Parts: sequence; C-alpha cells; structure tokens
Amino acid sequence: MAHGVDARTWYGTMPVQFRYTPGTAGLRFFETLKKKGTLAATRCAECGKTYLPPRVYCENCFADLGDSWIEVEPRGRIHTFTLVHLDREGRRLRQPEIAAYVRIDGTDGGLVTRLLTVRPEDVRIDLPVEGVLLPPRLRTGALDDIRGFAPVGSGGPARRGRAR
Amino acid sequence: MKRKPHRRVAVVGAGLSLFMRRALETGKELSYYAASQALESAGVKRKDVEAVVMATAPDAFDGVHMKGDWLLDGAGGVRKPYMRAYVGGGSGVFSIISGWTLVASGLFDLVLVVGEEKMSSCQPHPQGAFLTIFDQIIERPLGPNLLWIFSLEQHRYMSTYGIRNEDIALVSVKNKRNALDHPAAQVSAALTVKDVLASEVVAWPVHRLMVSPISDGAAAIVLASEAVARRLTDKPVWVQGVGWSLDTSYWGNRDLAYPRYVETAARMAYEMAGVTEPGKQIHVAEPYDPFAYKELHHLEGLQLAGKGKAPEDLAQGRFERTGPLPVCPSGGLMGVGNPIAAAGVMKLCELFWQLRGEAGARQIPGQPERGVAQAWGDLMQIGTVAVLGIH
Amino acid sequence: MKGKPAARRPPARRRASTGIRRIDAPPRLPMRGHGLSDVEFQQTVPTVWWEPKLEYGWDAGEAIGRFLAGLKAGKIYGVRCRTCGRTVTPPRAFCELDFKPMDEWVELPDTGTVNTFSVCYITWDMKPLRRPQIPAVIEIDGTTPRVGFLHLLGGVSGSTVEAVRKQVQVGTPVRAVWRPLREREGAITDILYFAPLKAKGRRA
Repeated sequence: MAHGVDARTWYGTMPVQFRYTPGTAGLRFFETLKKKGTLAATRCAECGKTYLPPRVYCENCFADLGDSWIEVEPRGRIHTFTLVHLDREGRRLRQPEIAAYVRIDGTDGGLVTRLLTVRPEDVRIDLPVEGVLLPPRLRTGALDDIRGFAPVGSGGPARRGRAR
Repeated sequence: MKRKPHRRVAVVGAGLSLFMRRALETGKELSYYAASQALESAGVKRKDVEAVVMATAPDAFDGVHMKGDWLLDGAGGVRKPYMRAYVGGGSGVFSIISGWTLVASGLFDLVLVVGEEKMSSCQPHPQGAFLTIFDQIIERPLGPNLLWIFSLEQHRYMSTYGIRNEDIALVSVKNKRNALDHPAAQVSAALTVKDVLASEVVAWPVHRLMVSPISDGAAAIVLASEAVARRLTDKPVWVQGVGWSLDTSYWGNRDLAYPRYVETAARMAYEMAGVTEPGKQIHVAEPYDPFAYKELHHLEGLQLAGKGKAPEDLAQGRFERTGPLPVCPSGGLMGVGNPIAAAGVMKLCELFWQLRGEAGARQIPGQPERGVAQAWGDLMQIGTVAVLGIH
Repeated sequence: MKGKPAARRPPARRRASTGIRRIDAPPRLPMRGHGLSDVEFQQTVPTVWWEPKLEYGWDAGEAIGRFLAGLKAGKIYGVRCRTCGRTVTPPRAFCELDFKPMDEWVELPDTGTVNTFSVCYITWDMKPLRRPQIPAVIEIDGTTPRVGFLHLLGGVSGSTVEAVRKQVQVGTPVRAVWRPLREREGAITDILYFAPLKAKGRRA
C-alpha cells in the first residue's frame, strides 16, 4: 500500500434543483385556498377516512377519490406543538417560533404550521385555533397563503373572504 | 450452481399510467394510476395484496429523499411488507425478479410490483443527477455529459463490427412507429431513417432522434403463486426464469462492443426457463432501448442475434411485429417513453398482454408462447432479464 | 386531448365460488395522466421550487491519492495484480476480480491508443457548444488491453464530425498534453487532453 501520501479530499456538488408539481389533488387544494380561503379535502365513501391534505386515492381501500371532494373551514385543534429556537442552519432565531401540527376539524388530517399572536406559555394541546390567511388579492395558491394559525377569537381575525 | 426447486409464479394483472414529458400528477398519483389498474385487471383488491415491490430509480430525479418509501401509499403499500428494487435503469425488470423471489420462496401468494419515475422534477435537467454516474475525482472534472457514455459505446460497437449509423437509425424508426399503437406513448412518430439522421448530432454518433426522452410515468404488475393464479385467471403468464448480473463499475474496463452482463443474466434466466435455443424458443423480445443502438447491443447479449449481426437482422425485417422475432412491439423506450424504472415494468406489461393475445393493435400474430424482457442501467453495468411464458 | 381521463368502464366479470372475481375480458382500461406544457409547468401551475445544498467532500483514498500526486509530477502511475496479472490505470487498492491487494506500482508512459471517442456538441444541461468536446476512452501503453479510462482528445483542428474523424479513429495512437507544471494541482485535468500522434511518434 502507498505510504507517506497526503490525505486528499476532493470537493464537489450535485447540481440539481427541483420543481414539484402539486398533483391533481394538490392543484385543487391550492386553487380552493386561493379563491375561497377554505381547505379542500377528499373523503372515502368506503371507509370514511377524510384526507387533508387531500389525496385522489384512499390509502386503505385504494378507492378512487377523484369525485369525492368536500370543503372545510381552516379551523381545528392543536395536536402537538414545539418551540423552535434555531433556524435550519443552526443559528439562533431572534424570536422563537411556535411550530404546531393542527388537526383540521371535519377531517382525519391536518397541517404543519406556525402559531401566531399567542405566547408560548398560553399554548396547550387541544387548543382551538383558526387559520390566518393572506388577504385574497395577495394569495398565490401556495401553502404560505396561510400565514399561520391563531387561537380562535384572538386579536388577529381569520381573513378569509372571497377573491374578487 | 444447481438451482433449488421453487414455487411457480405467474403474472395475473398489469396497468400503466400515461408516459408524459411532465405530468401534473405527483409520483404517488402516477403510482396509484398504474397500481389500481393492475389490481383491477387482476380482479383483486388492495387488501388481497400481501407485499409490495416498488421499483424507482434515483431519489434525485423526483427530488424526494427515500422516495420508494414516500411513494408507498400511492402504490398500495401502507402497512404491508415492502421491498424497494433499485438498480438504476435495470430496476424495471429487477422489480419482477424481486417480486418473484417473494412468491417463489413461499413467503407470499400475491405481490404487487410497481415501477415509477418522475424525472421532470429535476431541474434544469435530470442530467444534474445522472452526472454522478461519473467518478467524482477522475471523471467529473473533465466536464462530462451523460451522453458520452452512450456515444462512446455506440462508436465502439459500430467500429468493431462495421455497423453504420443508418443501420442503427432503423431502431428509432421501428420503435416510434410501433408506439403509434400504444395508448400510453409519449414520443410515437412515423419517421424515416433520413429523418432520424437529419436530427441534430448531440454527441456523434448519437443523433437526437436516437435518444429516449425524459419522462414521468408508472407501471405495475400483479404476481401470484400458482394456486392463486389459477383461481384468478384462465391465462396466467408464468415467470419461467429470472437472471441478473452486474459487471465492473470501471466502465472503461469493459468490452464496450458487447454487453457481457446481459449475456450472463440471460443465461441464468434461460437455464431456469429451460430455454436452450433462445433464437427459436423466444417468440417476442422487449430488450431495453434507451438509445437506438442499445436495442441491437442487448439483442446480441440476449443471444437473439449473433455478435455484430443484429443490425442486418433488423434491416431484413426479422424484428418487425410481423417478423420471425418481434422486438419491442410496444414501441419500447424510444417510442413509449423512458420514466426510468417504470419503463422496464412497461415492457413486462407488454409481454403479459402479448402472450395473452390482449395487445390490441400491437398484437403480434402467431400466438407467441414465450417472451423475454430485459433492462439495463445502474453504473451502466447491470443486466436484468425475465423470461415469461404461457406454459 | 390525450391526458383527459375517460369515463372508466369496468371490464366484464364473473364471480368465482371463492369470492375472488375472475377477469375474462382484456383490460380495456384507459391509461391516465395530465401532461403539462413547459409554460404550465414553469409558470401557470402552482409548483414549489427548491434548491437543496448538496455539497460533498470525498476522500480520494490511497490509490487515487497517489495517482493524483503522480499526475502533479507529470507521471501516470498504474498498478498490477500479482494474481491475474492485469495492469490498470487509474490505480485501485485491490483487484476486484481476485479480491487481493494491487500493490505492485508501475510508472507508465504518457502515450496510449484510442479505444473509442465521440464528438459532443452539447453541455450537460443541453446547451449548444460552439467547439465540440471530444471525449474518449484511452488505453495507456503498458496496461492490459481493454483497460481504458475516460479523458478528452485535443490538438484536433476543425469542429465538424468529418474533420475530427479525419484526424482520429479508433486505434489512433495518442500522447498526453500536460498543463504547465505550475498550474498542476494533482487532478485528472493536469492532463489537458490526449493528442493524436502522427506516424513516428510526432504530434499531429
């Protein structure tokens, strides 16, 4: 074996970027969010499971859910939450963020989101919350049309409204 | 090596999504289209499925880490035993090899095998991920293009046997024309050799119309043990033999004019299937054709043409749908499309339909009884082969 | 329009006594999918764009480490397997066929022959190149036949396939053209390219 050779590290990258399509289910979800400020979901008639985010198939029954759409309000309860102090690069955030998984009423699913207008010490599991959306004219049909969720009836009203 | 006895395994259903340049559907939805169609065609439900094999190639195409696991709910795999088949482009036929082991071993009686790829996600071009095939230290600094591997191989093949580009262009013509009859086809066309050679030279000797496209799509088959297969259908298509082999990853050390890894894999599959004269006993072939010359290269590795002789067989019409040995009656990757892992499963679907007389406008005459499907890929060094037949 | 899923007609079925339904009719099930145009994909359909940071540091290993050091010194090293007798370059720490160490190091000439080559007119992201790249598999003199590696050809005039093929064929002898010593860094690119030799070992 070769001896006395300096360790040699070679550096490189993988030059890839990604553009993700929403899928047929996601397309309808984002269009509904943008135009109506409501959440589109799909429901399986066989097993009753209601998918949010929506899927065009039931993962249990494998039934086609393409014609089984419902709409629900962006309201639900905190299923779990955490206080985040560091960003993705490991740097300290100026203000800690409250990340939560909110189970959406009327569905078996939910959304990962930020909690707004609430202090960490006032957050508890099962707290009822509602979505705080961008005003209709600022929505682009993306997940950040939802700014976050806030306790029901708290200072920031859920701005739904219909796009003109 | 003496092979141990095993249970018989049959293909009892098949399904495909459309193959598209860029699909609205997510990979999960594409998998669902193919998987649900395969289950429906087999007359079974998801609850009957005992295990799922998911064939899907680099995570970096779809841009989803651990994408085999991520796709699983669309592939019917929730709360089921699952196996990922991942050998690059060879995955599509490695899928049935993996599924076959699950049934032949006696472990399961009904297995769903799904192949999926969504290459459009990878920007600006999937080559950004594909380039990692080249060694990071002694090859990538040269600024390579993935096409080099194929053009270098095609040139060596041509030079070794005195083959002309006109001979190779005929593969594009045949397969794109065959694909005109395939409902899922992305790049079917009625072309002449002149059209193919008039397309721009991307990396000589490869012209643009000799390259299969970037594709999104999914395909699926259902495998069953003999007892279950006979309950489900009068026309099970038996997996008579499987074989696979990987050559050295030092691709410059391989004989580029001949795919020895395909021969090794084919011999393994033929031995298992009791095929001693492939040229006579194989009635239909679906070799992997990501580039026009590869169909010919692979036919020789499959022992279906003499070394350097496949081009003249092609020119004489031997491989037409109406010829003595139809090759890629589906239209292949050149005609239907190339969502990497799904493409090989598409070939298995084609054999399934051809052997049952259900290929519609693509049906080859003469009631074929046995066919071979083959895929290739990985670091361009794997051969995966499956022999299917009605007996 | 291809891609619009048609209404699905279930195929004809008969119930078997086991309760599993038998399918007799061919699967005339429509194949589904919604294809997007480039404009829809890039602009009008809501998509999510993500740029991951994928940065790597790879250890060259002992064999390649020594090979790269050799390149910096203007030398091409190879190794020989004492069991099968193959001499290969670039070197590897063990013979993958015999599974034994390859520890007999040899210094090889910087000449060889062209095993195959191509004339490439596009970049990896499919943009046109004005001057083609000429990749090749080079078999270095002194290595076992068919043991080749990837590099580039140069010192070839003209940009058309015809012009290149007049100067290079499969089997053409070539010699490495090196970067000036001060520019070498211990990389495969310390060899700029291999240039065709005319008869009598003179550079083309």
